Amino acid sequence: METLVNTQPVCKFAPWEDPAQEPLVRFENVTKKFGDFTAIEDLTLNIYEREFFALLGPSGCGKTTMMRMLAGFEYPTSGNIMLGQNNLQKAPPHKRPVNMMFQSYALFPHMTVEQNIGFGLKQEKTAKVEIKRRVEEMLSLVQLEPFAKRKPHQLSGGQKQRVALARSLAKKPKLLLLDEPLGALDRKLREQTQFELMNIQEQLGLTFVIVTHDQEEAMTVASRIAVMDHGKIVQVATPAEIYEYPNSRYSADFLGDVNIIEGQIDVTTGETASLAWAEGEIPLAISTKLRPQAGTTTWIAVRPEKLRISKDKPANADNCIKGEVWDIGYTGNISTYHVKASNGSILKAQVSNREHLADRPITWEDTVYVYWEKGAGVFLDA
Amino acid sequence: MAVADITSPSEEIQETSSPSSGWGRKLLIAIPYIWLLIFFLAPFVIVLKISLSDVILARPPYFPNFDISEGWQGLLAMLQAFDLENYVWLTEDTLYLNSYLSSLRIASISTLLTLAIGYPIAYAMAKAPKEWRATLLMLVILPFWTSFLIRVYAWIGILKKEGFLNYFLLWTGIIDEPLMILNTDTAIYIGIVYSYLPFMVLPLYAVLEKLDISLLEAATDLGCSPLKAFWVITLPLSLSGVWAGCFLVFIPAVGEFVIPDILGGSSTIMIGKTLWVEFFSNRDWPVASAVAILLLLMLILPIILFQKQQEKQAEASQ
Amino acid sequence: MTRFNWFNTTTLTLGFAFLYLPIILLMIYSFNESRLVTVWAGFSTKWYQSVFFNESFINAAWVTLRVGFISASVATVLGTMAALVLNRAGPFHGKTLFTGMIYAPMVMPEVITGLSLLLLFVSLDFTRGFWTVTLAHITFSMCYAAVVVSARLVTFERSLEEAALDLGCTRFSAFMQVTLPIIFPAILAAWLLAFTLSLDDLVIASFASGPGATTLPMKIYSQVRVGVSPEINALSSILISVVAVGVVTASLVTKQAQVKRMKEERLAISSN
Repeated sequence: METLVNTQPVCKFAPWEDPAQEPLVRFENVTKKFGDFTAIEDLTLNIYEREFFALLGPSGCGKTTMMRMLAGFEYPTSGNIMLGQNNLQKAPPHKRPVNMMFQSYALFPHMTVEQNIGFGLKQEKTAKVEIKRRVEEMLSLVQLEPFAKRKPHQLSGGQKQRVALARSLAKKPKLLLLDEPLGALDRKLREQTQFELMNIQEQLGLTFVIVTHDQEEAMTVASRIAVMDHGKIVQVATPAEIYEYPNSRYSADFLGDVNIIEGQIDVTTGETASLAWAEGEIPLAISTKLRPQAGTTTWIAVRPEKLRISKDKPANADNCIKGEVWDIGYTGNISTYHVKASNGSILKAQVSNREHLADRPITWEDTVYVYWEKGAGVFLDA
Repeated sequence: MAVADITSPSEEIQETSSPSSGWGRKLLIAIPYIWLLIFFLAPFVIVLKISLSDVILARPPYFPNFDISEGWQGLLAMLQAFDLENYVWLTEDTLYLNSYLSSLRIASISTLLTLAIGYPIAYAMAKAPKEWRATLLMLVILPFWTSFLIRVYAWIGILKKEGFLNYFLLWTGIIDEPLMILNTDTAIYIGIVYSYLPFMVLPLYAVLEKLDISLLEAATDLGCSPLKAFWVITLPLSLSGVWAGCFLVFIPAVGEFVIPDILGGSSTIMIGKTLWVEFFSNRDWPVASAVAILLLLMLILPIILFQKQQEKQAEASQ
Repeated sequence: MTRFNWFNTTTLTLGFAFLYLPIILLMIYSFNESRLVTVWAGFSTKWYQSVFFNESFINAAWVTLRVGFISASVATVLGTMAALVLNRAGPFHGKTLFTGMIYAPMVMPEVITGLSLLLLFVSLDFTRGFWTVTLAHITFSMCYAAVVVSARLVTFERSLEEAALDLGCTRFSAFMQVTLPIIFPAILAAWLLAFTLSLDDLVIASFASGPGATTLPMKIYSQVRVGVSPEINALSSILISVVAVGVVTASLVTKQAQVKRMKEERLAISSN
C-alpha cells in the first residue's frame, strides 16, 4: 500500500486544481432513470484532458451507466453531458469522437485482427492505404504484428485484450472508455497490463476513463478516482488523497483496509480534537484543522498499517487502547492482528513480517496495547 | 477488498431502453406485424364470424354481412343477426361430441404411450458415451426433416392384413390368424407414437443430459440402490422434460388429421377428420368453422399450461 | 468414461429400429419387381422409371419446389425481422399480441390454420392456386423461422453490436456488417426449416390450393388413399434420400468446422 501512494508523477499533473483549465468532459446535473430505478442521481463531474480517470464502485453503483452515457448507448433523463464545447445530449454513438473498449472485448468473430482494428476507420470511408498504415501502427503499438491475419478465436485472452485496445484507439478518439478492461485476465497478466495501459495513455496523450470495481487497479492506473455509491459520487480525488484523507466511511472502507471508530467530540484544543469512544476509556486524540462542535457524533478512520502493537504499555503514545488478541491473519508479507477492545469492538493492526514467523512474540489471547499517533486518524463526514 | 459481485452490471445493461432509431424501427415492426394481422389474426375473426352465421348460400358472403357504409348501425345490426345456431347444432348431433371426446382420448393414450417409449430412449441417449451423443441426437432429429405423410404412409405396408407385421408374426408362429390392425385405433396409436416420438425424446434428452451425475453418486453413497436412486432423483428432476414432451405430443395429436385419415378406420372419428369431412365433403362451412372454434377452445387450456411450464423452466434455468 | 450397458444398448437398438425400420422397408420394397407389397419378386428399378415418366408427379414436384423456394425465402426475411422485433426493438404497444401471433401457429392444429386461411382468401376473393398456397406457407413457416433466428439472437452478445455503433456504424450498417454475418448460420437453418415445412405440408396446402396447383404431398395423399403403390414407394424413397443426404452432410460439415475451431482455440491458449 505504501508504495502505491508514492507512484504519483514527479512533475505534477493536476489540471483540476487550475481554475483556468477547461474540462474535456462535463457532467452537469445528470440524472438517469430506468423506469422507477434511479441509476444516476443529479451528478456533476469534470474530467480533464490527458487524465486517466477511474470510476470506482461496487456493481450496481451506476459507474457502467455513466460510461454508457458517454458512449451514447444511454441518454440522460435530465442534465447535460458536454464534451469540450459540444453537448452530447442526443448524439448517437456513431457520431461521437468517443470510443470504448468493452469488458468482453466484443471482437467481431468473423473478422481478422486487421479487419477488427480497421473497422472504425472503414466506417469513416478512410482511404485504404491510410487504413493499412494506421492498422500497422496500432499492431506495433500493442505488439501484435505477427497476428494480423488471425481470427479472434485463434488468440489467447491477453492477445484479445490488446486487439480490443488497438481497435478502440485506431480512430484516435478524444476520449477512450475502458469498461473493466482487465477483468478477464489472470492476476499476473493484469498487473503487467496495467502498466502497459498507463504507458500507452501517456505516449498517445489521450484521455482515458476506466470503469472498475477493483480498488487496487484504480489506484495503480488512475490520476483521479471517483468513488461511487448508489448513483452518486462519494469522493473525487487522487488515489493518495482518497487513501490518506477519505471523506466518508464509504470511501475509507472501499479503498483499502480501515479501522472506523465511532464516538462523540469531547473537547477541541488548538489543532487537536478528542473523541470519547467508549465508557471508561481515555478519549482519542486526532489532529484536525477544523474545530468540530463538542458533543457531535462522528467517526474517525485509521489505517491498520498505522497502528502499532506491543505487549508492554508504550510510553507517551498519543492514543493507546488495551485489548486482547482475538485473531491473527497471516498473509506472508504482513500479519494482521485483530484486537478486541474493552467495548467489544475489533481493531486491526498490520505489522510487516520483517522477522521470522517462529520469533513472533504476540499470539492469541495475549493482552496487548494498540497505539498510534494523533496525525494518523482522519475525521469522516458521514 | 475488491467487490466481486458480477451479477448486477448485466442487469444494468438489460434494463436499457436503447435509443430508438425512428423510422427504421417502425418499419421493422410494421412489416411482420401487418403480415401476421392479415394472414393470421384476420382469418380467425372470419372463422369466428362465419361460425356465427347462417347457411344461406354455399358460398360467401355469409349472412349477416357487415356493411361499412352503415357504420355503427351496421355493426349493431350484424351483431344482432348473429346466432349460436351452428353451436347448438353441434350439441344436438352426437357425432361432434363423440369426435371431441375420442380425440381427447386418443391423444391422451398416445401421449402416455409416447412417454413410455420415449423416456427409456432419451435416458439411454443421455447415458451413452459422449462421442456418440451428437450422432444419436441427429438420428432422432433426422425423421423430423422427412415427410410426415410418407412416414405415416410407410406403416400401411406394415400393418395391413397381408403386411409385414402379420407376415412376420405368422412366420414365427406367434399367431395363427392375421391380426387386423390397420383401420383400428391401435393403428392410430402406433402412427402418433411413431410420428411424434422425436418431440418427446428431445426435451427429455435435454433435461436428462444436463442431470448432474454426482447427484446419483451422492444418492448411492447415502444408501440408495440404483433403481431407488432413479426413482427419487432422476425421475423428479426430469419432470420438466416430461411435461414439455407430453404437451408437444398432446397438443398437435388432438387436432391430427393425416394419421386418423390414413391409418384409422371409418369407425374412428377424430375432430380434425370431422372438420375436414364437414368442409370438403359436406361443404358446410359455418359448421366447420364452429367445429374449429370449439377445437381451439379445447386446446387453449393445454396451450396456456404449456406456456406456463416453459416460463417456469426458463426462470429456473436463469 | 461412460460405456454402453446392455439395457441402454437394447433400448437404443429397439428405439431406432422402430424409428427407421418402416422407412427402410419402404425403400427396399420400392425396388420390388412385383406390385404386391409383401411379396419379393426380384430387383427392379422400373417404379423409379415410371415416377420420372409420370408427368403429374413431375408437375406436382415442380409446383412444390417453387412454392417451397419462394415461401421459404420470404418467410426467412419476415421471420428474421420478427426475431429482431422480439429481441431488439424494445417495448412497444401490442408486443404481447405480436409475440402471441408468432408462437400460436406452431401449436395451432393445421386443419384450423388451413380452414381460416381459406376463408380469408375466399372473403378477399383471391383465386385459389399457386399464390394462395405460397402465402399460406409463408405465414406459418415465418413463425418457425422467427423462433430459430430468435434463439440465436438471444445468445448473441449485444456488445458486438454496440462495438460496431461505437466505431461509427449506424444501426442498419451494424446489423449488415456484424449481426447478419454472425447469425447467418441460424438464418440458413431457418430457411431450410421453412423449405422443409413447405415441402411436407399437406393439410394447409389442401385448404389453400385450388385447381391447377397440386403440390406433391397432395398428389401423394390422393394416391395413398387408394392404397399402397410401389410407385409411391419409389417417390418416397427419392424424397427421403435427398433429405437424409442433405441433413447428414450439413451436420458433418458443421461438426468438422467445430472440431477445427476447437483445435485452433486450444492452440491459441497454449501458445500464449
